[in-house]
Amino acid sequence: MSAPSLPPLARVYRVRAAVELKEFFRQRESVVFTLMFPVILLVVFGAVLDYDIGNGVSFTQYFMAGVIAAGILGASLQNMAIGIATERSDGTLKHLAGTPMPKSAYFVGKIAQVVAVTVATIVILLVVGVVLYGVDLPSGTQWLTFAWVALLGSAACTLLGIAVSSLAKNGRSASATVTPVALVLQFISGVFFRFDQIPTWMQTISSFFPLKWMAQGLRSVFLPDVLATQEPAGSWELGRVALVLTAWVVVGLLLCVRTFRWRDRADG
Amino acid sequence: MSAPLDPGAAISIRGLVKRYGDRNAVDGVDLDIRRGEIFALLGPNGAGKTTTVEILEGYRSRDGGDVAVLGQDPAEGGRRWRAEIGIVLQSGAGDSQLTCAELLTAQAAYYPDPRDPAEVLELVGLTEKAGARGRSLSGGQRRRLDVALGIVGRPTLLFLDEPTTGFDPEARRQFWSLIRSLRDLGTTMLLTTHYLDEAEELADRVGVITAGRLVEVAVPAELGGRGQAPAVVSWTEDGARRSQDTPTPTALVAELAARFPGEVPDLAVARPTLEDVYLQMIGQSR
Repeated sequence: MSAPSLPPLARVYRVRAAVELKEFFRQRESVVFTLMFPVILLVVFGAVLDYDIGNGVSFTQYFMAGVIAAGILGASLQNMAIGIATERSDGTLKHLAGTPMPKSAYFVGKIAQVVAVTVATIVILLVVGVVLYGVDLPSGTQWLTFAWVALLGSAACTLLGIAVSSLAKNGRSASATVTPVALVLQFISGVFFRFDQIPTWMQTISSFFPLKWMAQGLRSVFLPDVLATQEPAGSWELGRVALVLTAWVVVGLLLCVRTFRWRDRADG
Repeated sequence: MSAPLDPGAAISIRGLVKRYGDRNAVDGVDLDIRRGEIFALLGPNGAGKTTTVEILEGYRSRDGGDVAVLGQDPAEGGRRWRAEIGIVLQSGAGDSQLTCAELLTAQAAYYPDPRDPAEVLELVGLTEKAGARGRSLSGGQRRRLDVALGIVGRPTLLFLDEPTTGFDPEARRQFWSLIRSLRDLGTTMLLTTHYLDEAEELADRVGVITAGRLVEVAVPAELGGRGQAPAVVSWTEDGARRSQDTPTPTALVAELAARFPGEVPDLAVARPTLEDVYLQMIGQSR
């Protein structure tokens, strides 16, 4: 008599992806704070800061790049750090580790969640930007740049979020730590203000983190090339954007592998 | 040198040791649990119950001894082995936005030969809550959902860590009948509990663990020499409460009946309860 075989990986992956999407989109707080918060920022900033940043380009056109970068950060780093810390402290992870679910399926589900939330955030931001503020959409190869910056940036931030979740005691402490850090990073990375007007030492600090490079890469997508002269480097530095984000992917992956725990620290 | 592991047992443990710092949380436990048996592990908090169980579940490493769970060292148990065991953790299965039916369907998808989620909901009495989200359930319903998640994979061996903590008496009785129906389906169960009546009601054998050592393993009626323990006969005579330990309570009652004209006032015959012998056992070892 041969025992029935374990379910195929692909099926378990699909099941986990469905679980993670339901967990996210059914929770009002996560939908409002992760998905809608950047949209609210866009609506408010677009209405308040309606000025010309040079060459006839509106601040909203500039802000589009920054708010999309912030949206990616929220959907990946903040979402993962808080979500996984919560699941670790409430026993969800320990429970899963006690089942024959392949461990990889948990991460596949999380990646599916990040991709869905990121795409939804970007689409809503673009629609609101175009409809309310007449933002110019990217064209031609700018879409390609958009795609790789968003992909590399969210990969780096997802991995970092998973790593950061291991530092927190529970979901609430993760939220209390990660949210203000993200906010400060947004201020010094050129999300809310023109990056060239931020003090140099803050520019230097921000350049250690992925958000600054995501925002810069996305500015090359949303702003005309003449405005590259406003960048501190005098260009979009797309090569360097790719390099730094890739480095963060590698660092994030190493941190995840070294720090991920299926059980709460308080659990011995 | 202790005996070799019993390959036919559901769980076989020899000389199990777990150290935390310089303290032995589990200090040389030997135990065999037969297939089809319900075994209750009793002991005060911090005695090593959960540590022992979590080593068997593959959650914790051990510092010494040999362990086989369904013939497999749990430290090296893979997905195949996990598919054969079910675990109901003390902490439960976590919070969720999914409904009971969705949670069970997802959980079933991890196993090679799962039970029908609808049947499992029926078995734990949550059919009416199939469409309710996990987090909206009451404490007792949550626990039944935890059990449902533990059994949907059709485990040969089920671990239940303090499954009825926080239940009202009626919910506990319903839970007991659930456990009995699982036994009838052939499931081996290792149960930890603080409730002595629960252990007496459900378990084929109980083991008492204190300070990391298994001090006795017996059927509930025999634990601590309970089967041979003298009965206590008590009555009221000359306005005072009298009681006497005796191995032959029937003879003493007959003697009393002859001595009093009618009813013996406040006559009672008591045998030590499981709780009495348990408290005595854990008191001695402290």
